Amino acid sequence: MQARISTDDVSALARGCAVLGTGGGGDVRAGALAARRAISAYGEVPLVTLDDLPPDGLVLPLSGIGAPTVSHEMIHAEDEPVRIRDEVERIFGRPPAAVMSSEIGGGNGVAPVAWAARLGVPLLDADAMGRAFPEVQMVSMYVAGLPANLVIMSDVVGNVVTIRPVDGLWSEQIARAVAVASGSSALMADYVLEAAACRGAVIEGTVSRAIAVGRATEGAQDPLAALQEELGAVRLLTGKVAELERRTTGGFARGSVTVEGTGDDRGRTLTLEIQNENLVAVEDGRVRAMVPDLITVVDTQAATAIQTEGLRYGQRVTVLAWPCDPLWRTPKGLETAGPRAFGYDLDYLPVEKIAQ
Amino acid sequence: MSASPNRRLRVGIDVGGTNTDAVVLDENDRVVATAKRPTSPDVTEGLRAALDAVLAELDDPAEVTRVMLGTTHATNAILERRALGRVAVLRLGAPATTSVPPLSDWPADLRDAVSAGATIVRGGHFVDGRPIAPLDVDAIKRFLAETTADAVAVAGVFSPGSSDQENQVAEIIRGELGDVAVSLSHEIGSLGLLERENAAVLNAALYGVAREVTTALGTALDARGLKVETFFAQNDGTLMAVDYATRYPVLTIGSGPANSLRGAAYLSGVEDAIVADVGGTSTDLGVLVGGFPRESAAAVEIGGVTTNFRMPDILSIALGGGTIVGQEPRSVGYRIAREALAFGGSTPTMTDAAVAGGRGAVGTHDVPEHWRDRLAQALRAADEMVADAVDRVALGKADRPLIAVGGGAFLLPERIPGAGEVIRPRHAEVANAVGAAIALASGRLETIVPAPNSGRDRAVLIEKAKEEAAARAVAAGADPASVQIVELSEIPLSYLQEPAVRLQVKAAGPLAR
Repeated sequence: MQARISTDDVSALARGCAVLGTGGGGDVRAGALAARRAISAYGEVPLVTLDDLPPDGLVLPLSGIGAPTVSHEMIHAEDEPVRIRDEVERIFGRPPAAVMSSEIGGGNGVAPVAWAARLGVPLLDADAMGRAFPEVQMVSMYVAGLPANLVIMSDVVGNVVTIRPVDGLWSEQIARAVAVASGSSALMADYVLEAAACRGAVIEGTVSRAIAVGRATEGAQDPLAALQEELGAVRLLTGKVAELERRTTGGFARGSVTVEGTGDDRGRTLTLEIQNENLVAVEDGRVRAMVPDLITVVDTQAATAIQTEGLRYGQRVTVLAWPCDPLWRTPKGLETAGPRAFGYDLDYLPVEKIAQ
Repeated sequence: MSASPNRRLRVGIDVGGTNTDAVVLDENDRVVATAKRPTSPDVTEGLRAALDAVLAELDDPAEVTRVMLGTTHATNAILERRALGRVAVLRLGAPATTSVPPLSDWPADLRDAVSAGATIVRGGHFVDGRPIAPLDVDAIKRFLAETTADAVAVAGVFSPGSSDQENQVAEIIRGELGDVAVSLSHEIGSLGLLERENAAVLNAALYGVAREVTTALGTALDARGLKVETFFAQNDGTLMAVDYATRYPVLTIGSGPANSLRGAAYLSGVEDAIVADVGGTSTDLGVLVGGFPRESAAAVEIGGVTTNFRMPDILSIALGGGTIVGQEPRSVGYRIAREALAFGGSTPTMTDAAVAGGRGAVGTHDVPEHWRDRLAQALRAADEMVADAVDRVALGKADRPLIAVGGGAFLLPERIPGAGEVIRPRHAEVANAVGAAIALASGRLETIVPAPNSGRDRAVLIEKAKEEAAARAVAAGADPASVQIVELSEIPLSYLQEPAVRLQVKAAGPLAR
């Protein structure tokens, strides 16, 4: 039987997306509210795999683009995805067969449920990151070598902008400028793909994974252990937030957070380097995990993810790290979103290798 | 000391979950009378009892010129869905924001009790101040023509930065509906549309409750022949004049912890400290920074509704004088004077543990010998809980003193790891009522301004924000001559082309004479 996403699944999906957001990816709350509302108004959303789609069925990867503070205040218009669909139809002569999340981590992992419901199409059980990343070209399609030659954007007032960029880096620059003109919030389709071209170019199974991650802690005796097991994560440290440094440069929230070990970890200290997402974890000058592997700070008791803006001194937290999708560990993957792509002069080592 | 003629006395009252406390302060802020009475289910009866008790200690109650009240009326009304007004909700933002309509995240029973219809009309602003759409005046008038609401709540996108549309809508509402109460979101909450809209709707739903409380208090004062000015305590530890409180009743929610923190600062004379308020069922820990409560960064839920109020950052632990040993977190509550061992009862409580441990002489009976080991063990566990909680709120600063207040303050040990000296000021048991009596009046404002070094009209905008915050403080009752900016903070915003910051300004000053 085909899976469907109901309003009951939305909370679990939102919790899971927050965990996969590695500190960034934007707030999941407005996305969850929009998803529940759209399911009530337009019906449950079928969750499909690539096998369920015809080879020439169009997959529409969608994400919000803009400033997190703005999306918290100027919430998306319900019809933004409709305008993008209409433009796809004008260009391709047929409507999309499914919506896909471009970024499963954070709010962009939850809101596609609302967008798929509004369009009356299924949601593809896949995304383009398997986590959250800050820039438009940091997607699996780019790593797989698909030409980044079409971006369609729609904003809250109904403007539609179609971009034919020469490559992924230009699509990032132009899309960012368009988003600013639209009040720092827009909906974006980056790439429009036939299902046949998706194999190896998207990260499959991530929506059901996010739901499973969200469900893992439900009613668990030891939520942290349940989450760690579901993720296959290494526990880097359990302790309390002892130092926070935040600054905004070049439009990005940068900073670092220092966690002091408590209990069994007393006497140890872990520092996370942050650029919207948690990127590098260092203990005693030794790197313990680094991007593109996932590093998430969770509440030690409830095992809920804490986003970068939600970090506060004194919080009791556990830092978890786990392997990214193999696609990110290829040379092109590391060039796109490895430590050097974020300015860290580090040779990538997989988290599970470091832990050994 | 004999009474001097023409003293000007103030009464502070704090309605808590277990007790209603009252104090009388003279014009030099000295405590001249205190009382503690059980909080009644209807709140008002306990309030009258506490008021009568302190007035009875005065030679001449007519010397009382001001009454300051911190009360849970509004909180209780929301939690119990009682006496709430029906509110029409007008959001200015279409075509934006339509993916999440107003009240989407409300519990169904509260929405049913409050909502008299909601709509999203064209209007609102972008982050940079440009209008999203011209205000759709016709749609607003059509919506108002059909409503039978007791009050209207208005929330515009980015209204904390651009408030003109909300003000214009208030005029339209008055023109269409006459003297109906209007709640504007930019006057109540900060950035975050859904949270601010929720706060504006709750505020509008509480107008009736606010009138009820002010009438009850007014009647009680009249019956006792008192001709006084009345003020209400609000969530940030400051006061608002009664007519201001009737317009912003939602701001009274959460005043209890703020009062106790401010009272602790005043009674001890220490402005930077950890405060532990030990009550009957719980201990609230908070932090004083420069004499004001440190505020929480997390979203605050009231009755299942998410808001973005600035509340004191409070950590509550299940440790109170009535906490039952072996059945934590249960408490005997106000029945402590019958049921605790130290009062001849048969229930072992944390009060008994403290008495047996030599921390206070409370009660009428000796604690039976066979309980001593168990109670000593409970006291050690409680001390560990307190130490852990102190460590959590201390944020790595281990040398700050701890001010112990509340009726159960004697439970706390002489030394607490993670804190400096433990200070036990006189009248600590009624610190919250003292906090209400000595509070300043304040006003606050949040807006968006360009970041430093980005030029534009940044300095002018900051100056304007300061003036508006000061004007709000004066409207709340502060003396215009002594209003000061007590807080100015900037939080950088990410992913914006023109660097900008979220600016928060708070002005406060003593009440006008």
